Amino acid sequence: MLNVLWARLKQKHRTMDYPDGPPPPLPDRFAGCPVIAHDQCAAGCSLCVEVCPTEAISMDYAVKMDIGACLFCGECAAACPNRAIWFTHEYSMAATRREDLIIGTGPVTPKQAPNAKIGRLFGRSLKLRQVSAGGCNACEADTNVLSTIAWDLGRFGIEFVASPRHADGLLVTGPVPENMRIALLKTYEAVPAPKLVIAAGACAISGGPYKDHEEVNNGVGNLLPVDLHIPGCPPHPLTIMDGLLRLIGRIS
Amino acid sequence: MSVKDISSMARDNFFEFVTEAVECGLRLSALFAQPVNKDQVRLWAILCHDGKSLILPLYTDLKEPWYPSITSRCAQAHLFEREIFEQWGVKPEGHPWLKPIRFHSSYGAAVSQSEIGVADFFRMAGEEIHEVAVGPVHAGVIEPGHFRFQCHGEDVFHLEISLGYQHRGVERVMPGGPDKRSIHYMETLAGDTTIGHALAYCEAVEALSEVQAPARAQVLRGIGLELERIANHTGDLGALAGDVGYLPTLSYCGRIRGDVLNMTALLCGNRFGRGLIRPGGVSFDVDKAMCDDLLRRLEAVETDLSTAVRLLWNTSSVMARFEGTGTLSRDICDKIGMVGLAARSCGADRDIRRDMPLGIFQLAQIPVSTGRSGDVFARAYVRWLEIQRSIAFIREQLNSLPERSVRSTVRPLNSDRLTVSLVEGWRGEICHVALTDDRGKFVRYKVVDPSFHNWFGLAYAMRDQQISDFPLCNKSFNLSYCGHDL
Repeated sequence: MLNVLWARLKQKHRTMDYPDGPPPPLPDRFAGCPVIAHDQCAAGCSLCVEVCPTEAISMDYAVKMDIGACLFCGECAAACPNRAIWFTHEYSMAATRREDLIIGTGPVTPKQAPNAKIGRLFGRSLKLRQVSAGGCNACEADTNVLSTIAWDLGRFGIEFVASPRHADGLLVTGPVPENMRIALLKTYEAVPAPKLVIAAGACAISGGPYKDHEEVNNGVGNLLPVDLHIPGCPPHPLTIMDGLLRLIGRIS
Repeated sequence: MSVKDISSMARDNFFEFVTEAVECGLRLSALFAQPVNKDQVRLWAILCHDGKSLILPLYTDLKEPWYPSITSRCAQAHLFEREIFEQWGVKPEGHPWLKPIRFHSSYGAAVSQSEIGVADFFRMAGEEIHEVAVGPVHAGVIEPGHFRFQCHGEDVFHLEISLGYQHRGVERVMPGGPDKRSIHYMETLAGDTTIGHALAYCEAVEALSEVQAPARAQVLRGIGLELERIANHTGDLGALAGDVGYLPTLSYCGRIRGDVLNMTALLCGNRFGRGLIRPGGVSFDVDKAMCDDLLRRLEAVETDLSTAVRLLWNTSSVMARFEGTGTLSRDICDKIGMVGLAARSCGADRDIRRDMPLGIFQLAQIPVSTGRSGDVFARAYVRWLEIQRSIAFIREQLNSLPERSVRSTVRPLNSDRLTVSLVEGWRGEICHVALTDDRGKFVRYKVVDPSFHNWFGLAYAMRDQQISDFPLCNKSFNLSYCGHDL
């Protein structure tokens, strides 16, 4: 018994101050929200489009980037001869609407519109059932980590529950393989209304590296209405937490 | 090696050789089919002799779309034969358990696709026998899989594991590559083994193009691989504590695991090591300040972890649940060809880092940790031993980093080659086999995740156990669903 108490003392208090204090430090090499400086683009150059593994970058009259498809691998930034694309440390990237994940011209802004109704319904208690549908276990792991003492999502009344019947919504990861389609839809049906769907990670938003494979459905958006998109491969826990807290109106 | 240097074997000799080799103690690391033309396939077997550091590839060209199954004589071939049937419609005649494993349509000959989860499941009959079906959506934050228990009261007679829900078609799309997505498939084959699979892939590509990663890159790869091991083992020890209701270690390990992931993020910006390992070397170098930072963090992890983990061994209520639960004998372990941590916990002294070392492991040996009892306790305790040895390895390597560059230029791949790449991932042996065509493009790329060998071990370990011990047993193996489903 004494050794348990001694261990408890040694392990100290570890829950972070965020969001009331500063967010935990991110590593120097962390790749957050990308920025495109169109005025630096060389005429006729499309190197970034060519190297992108998930066709996240497109070009009509200017370069556009879909961070819902981006793996944050940095190939585009490395390929650009004029350093017109780079990845910032901005971790806040979640968006309510799918189209808000497209980065074009203009400054990077938080993309979540506050939703009073969601705040009123779920602001103090949000129970989620996580469904991995072809997720590689990275998105799942960094979702799981939010329940540990350092992040302690329970502080905000957000918890992951075992049964969809106890849940207010689904947090879906993975490109949704055809083999998981029915299971996902049935799980969604089992959640009592009103309910939310959160797509976490490039795969769940767009199919990620598995985009357009005949085995997958290119993410959850093609099957269910999505209330929150959280980009990343996988999203950093801070990006997920920030997205969830904005969703329930805990931060704005 | 060049495919031309390997001579074809007659069908019956091939199977006789494989069966006898396995009886003599070699392991079947892979058995797979490669389409040669429209209606002919070539069967490849990759045999490994751990003690002699020997990798033996052999093949036979099948003239008909069937062959006599060897599973009843060689249990290690069990899932491989089912996989070959599902992928190419080549039937192992007489296979005792021929069912789909991933429920996808065939790559070659038209074999009708079974609906996911619809199979001829094993069923027991008798008074008071009942069946418990779990999943695909099951437990907490976890990947999907389907588990069927044949029970009598609380006792489990048999568990059948049916997967395939995570199938994303990786092996179907690899031929024709390498292309810009290839490395990302590898990094997401099993997200918790990002570094392990990326390393196996890169070593295969480097062998095919005859380049070597610079020494400094090889050390950094080794550090990445061991960080991945520490992070996952730490998380598992915490989760095992959680599964027996011992919350202190669960809480501490959950947090410490994050600290280890953050060390990987310090190296490359991503907590799972995405972007770190690339053909030719690594994408990021470390400087003196970062080395010092890593060493400082490593020390903190070591201190915190030893307090947290030692609580487990000193708490009788934990030990009572760990010891004697989910026991697997050495005999069964060898018969079904288990690998990695789960095999070492049964006393099998095998570890790719020592037996078939590549990169830094040729120069720096990590002592192999084994257990004896083959139960949950052994799988937990071997994890703890491996964590300590990986920490010592990383410390030593960070203090003696070789100088110079971290990446060589990769040339186009040589044509008509075969390469086998083995890496000891945190779960066990990762086996990648790449075959190139006459233009130096992949004509077949086979991936065998350690989970592929070990899932059957979990099913076996559940025999005569209480069904309520399933979460604990499952976690003690912690196998990958997507690594199996590909």
